[in-house]
Amino acid sequence: MRTPVFFDDRYPMIATAKHNGILAADGTPLKRSLARALRREKLRALILVMPLLIFVLLTFITPIANMLLRSIDNTIVGDTILYTVSDLNDWNGSDPPLPPENVFRSLYFDLFIAVETKRHTRLGSRLNYEQTGISSLFRRSGRKLDDIGKEIEKTLIASDARWTDGQTWFDLFAARNEGDADPELFDRQFLRIQRLQGELGNIDIDFMPSKSIAKALPLATREYTAWAIHTASIEGEDIAQTRPWESIPVALIYDMQQPDFAIEIKNWLSQSSPHPIEKLSTESIDYPLDFTDILRKIHKDWGDIEVWQTIKVHSNDYTSGYFLNAVDMRKSLDGPTIQPENKRILITLFIRTVQMSLIITLACILLGYPVAWLMANLPMRTANLLIILVLLPFWTSLLVRTSAWKVMLQQQGVINETLVWLGVVATDNRLEIINNQIGTIVAMTHILLPFMILPMYSVMQTISPSYVRAAKSLGANDWTAFLRVYFPQSIPGIGAGSILVFILSIGYYITPEIVGGTDGVFISNRIAYHISRSLNWGLAAALGTILLMVVLVLYWTYDRIVGIDNVKLG
Amino acid sequence: MATDERRSAEGKEPFVRFDRVQKSYDGETLVVKDLNLDISKGEFLTMLGPSGSGKTTCLMMLAGFETATHGDILLDGISINHIPPHRRGIGMVFQNYALFPHMTVAENLSFPLEVRKIAKSERESKVKKALDMVEMGDFGGRRPAQLSGGQQQRIALARALVFEPQLVLMDEPLGALDKQLREKMQFEITDLTHRLGITVVYVTHDQTEALTMSDRVAVFDDGRIQQVAKPDTLYEEPDNSFVAQFIGENNTLDGVVHSIGDGYALVKLENGEMIDCKPINVSRPGERTRVSIRPERVEFNKDRLHPDAHTLEAEVLEFIYMGDIFRTRVRVAGNESFIIKTRNAPDQARLEPGRIIEIGWLPDDCRALDTGT
Ligand SMILES: Nc1ncnc2c1ncn2[C@@H]1O[C@H](COP(=O)(O)OP(=O)(O)OP(=O)(O)O)[C@@H](O)[C@H]1O
Ligand SMILES: [Mg+2]
Repeated sequence: MRTPVFFDDRYPMIATAKHNGILAADGTPLKRSLARALRREKLRALILVMPLLIFVLLTFITPIANMLLRSIDNTIVGDTILYTVSDLNDWNGSDPPLPPENVFRSLYFDLFIAVETKRHTRLGSRLNYEQTGISSLFRRSGRKLDDIGKEIEKTLIASDARWTDGQTWFDLFAARNEGDADPELFDRQFLRIQRLQGELGNIDIDFMPSKSIAKALPLATREYTAWAIHTASIEGEDIAQTRPWESIPVALIYDMQQPDFAIEIKNWLSQSSPHPIEKLSTESIDYPLDFTDILRKIHKDWGDIEVWQTIKVHSNDYTSGYFLNAVDMRKSLDGPTIQPENKRILITLFIRTVQMSLIITLACILLGYPVAWLMANLPMRTANLLIILVLLPFWTSLLVRTSAWKVMLQQQGVINETLVWLGVVATDNRLEIINNQIGTIVAMTHILLPFMILPMYSVMQTISPSYVRAAKSLGANDWTAFLRVYFPQSIPGIGAGSILVFILSIGYYITPEIVGGTDGVFISNRIAYHISRSLNWGLAAALGTILLMVVLVLYWTYDRIVGIDNVKLG
Repeated sequence: MATDERRSAEGKEPFVRFDRVQKSYDGETLVVKDLNLDISKGEFLTMLGPSGSGKTTCLMMLAGFETATHGDILLDGISINHIPPHRRGIGMVFQNYALFPHMTVAENLSFPLEVRKIAKSERESKVKKALDMVEMGDFGGRRPAQLSGGQQQRIALARALVFEPQLVLMDEPLGALDKQLREKMQFEITDLTHRLGITVVYVTHDQTEALTMSDRVAVFDDGRIQQVAKPDTLYEEPDNSFVAQFIGENNTLDGVVHSIGDGYALVKLENGEMIDCKPINVSRPGERTRVSIRPERVEFNKDRLHPDAHTLEAEVLEFIYMGDIFRTRVRVAGNESFIIKTRNAPDQARLEPGRIIEIGWLPDDCRALDTGT
């Protein structure tokens, strides 16, 4: 063979020209000017599809993305019991067997706000997914939380009646002047309430905590600030005229029992007008404030280490917990662990869903292929009639069609009655062909069949009869001509139909719900259950995400094996 | 050798015989009416006719994809009415080529050999030989969609020939090609099939193609063969006015037979003029007739006019310059689309419209045919 001229060293000019590429008429490289021309065209096309794109984005992609986000979203724990979660970080989950006192203390105040804002039951339900019983623990604790505060209030009022007055509290905690203000504390509490209540907006709050009192009464100031923000923004009341929650006296007493209190309150008093706190600080209030004890008295379950472990494990803002649950696992202190046997159902359900979808797809191929072939090869008029017959089911409601199968397949149904009448089966031995997997497969094959037939038909229609004729004239018998010439050309139709049917079937809900009984239901029925019944949206979202992944992986595999460009819808 | 055999086929047992074949698709109208046709071995026979005249139907009956409603089709003396198409061993080239799109060119060619259970090594050598034969040796690995129309055509031809059939059918195989390529392929097909000594039944509605390629042409119209003859006979001695009109350009003059005798018929034209003609399918005086004269046999140059020639007065209506020839449209005996074809020679006159001229022709070139109704 001769070497082509341009690779020959004797012609360096040609070789260079080849490397530099061809130039367009204006001297720019042809490639670049082509790219520019194409870009302009693409841009124009993009502008044309923009309205639809935006529509799809807003109404389709965004909700789905939002839904998928829920599968890892766990902010509710951190939002509701902010300080407890951060204190729990220092507890390793097993030693000591209960979290330290400061955790209980934080929980008391976190929970108090949560109860006042009615957020504690939500958190209870969230944690109840992980451990049964937590929901009622939160609910019941909420009712008894203010008992201790009421007692302490009485003590305060006994010391000075002015403690009943909102103004007294306001004077105690409000900043005296600009220099005394503690905007940082205010901002932190503002965020806390915002996490609890959602966006607060731009509201004027006539309160700023005092830096100096925060030194003497850190906890009380913090809680009062939180209360003030809540009261002013959510309730819309005048802070100075309103008596704070019972948790504030509790915090006050707690602070007074701290070693630094005596000095700091003197500092404060030296700079302010007389205040009942002066008298109070001289009285020795020996109120025992053991929050561990208080909470355990409210509900004994607060002494249960498992409750605390559950809270600690599920305290992060983002969690893999829902996904682990979706594959029959559980998040625990020692990392992911397998669920107890009686809770392992989802993997089985996933496998069953995929298996049954495959069976349904296969059944649709087997039943649909001959029909599609007939439609493509019969004379126009007969073919049209067939097409109408194929489309007929679309004109009836899905529910009616599915219920019709109930009539057909039940124990006293058409099929069983006929078989009994024929003597094929005994009366007391009727076939169980509904409320199980058979029922689902039969009904769904029937319902999804048109989705298989139509793409097959539209592909077969394009296969010219002259191919089979050519094959026969070349010596192939009917079977060989079909197998080697017709069938390979109809595969794109089978591919398109299969993808369509499989994807529809894997997410199908209504039919399995009606005819599936217990062992013929799909993963989507479980998703529906979690969305509308157990309200565990996180798990539902995780299941949905996994389902989406399964479909994408299968689609990818299909693309690798068959090639997606081999799929034709017509 | 093949050519001689073809020429002297008469008298021998024909290779293909249509014996009183009829075909109806709907049970109401006959698409093929009483078809009788003998094709001898090695012959290149073309079925020519207007659209819908039943050519494809005849071919399909021969290939076995349609069954004759009546009559017999014989191949090598044996009736093939009940032999399924795949056992007839007839090669076929389809109008759209029907190359299997999911197979490569080599696989396409190998297909008829595979179904005949021919060993792999032999298959490969045959495929290679067939590809070389159509000069497509380097294209074995391509898909049909990656070939040009002419290349696909060659592959289709090679595929129809690779299993060495005795008979090859081609249904308008060149219909989709441009003029130049078509002419090239016409030559290649005739050359190849003559060399291989294969019998070919070829369908076309392009008369030039039929005339240039065939040993014999069967002119179809309305489900009947109007005439089967060699190309020159067909052109110069058409049996009826349909053939005369269909093959080549033709001038007609309507009239009534005045008298017949002595090998000539005297025909009275519509304007009362009398001309001498050769009677083809007129038999008695008083019969209506259509007289046919080829445009190139008409002469208006008095110097070249044969002394025997009959002359008529004509008015020039239009002069059309066509490069190699001139076409002059004149009015003769009430007919306004009478054409005269003359060669573009230096001394040739270019007639301007409005001129009155004298035209004439030999009585032998003027054939009195049926009126074609
Ligand atoms: N499958 C069929 N069913 C019914 N009628 C048909 C069928 N095929 C052909 N015909 C009719 O038979 C007649 C002859 O058709 P055929 O295809 O043989 O014509 P043809 O000579 O090949 O024409 P063309 O040059 O257009 O291919 C036509 O009138 C056509 O309408
Ligand atoms: Mg045809």
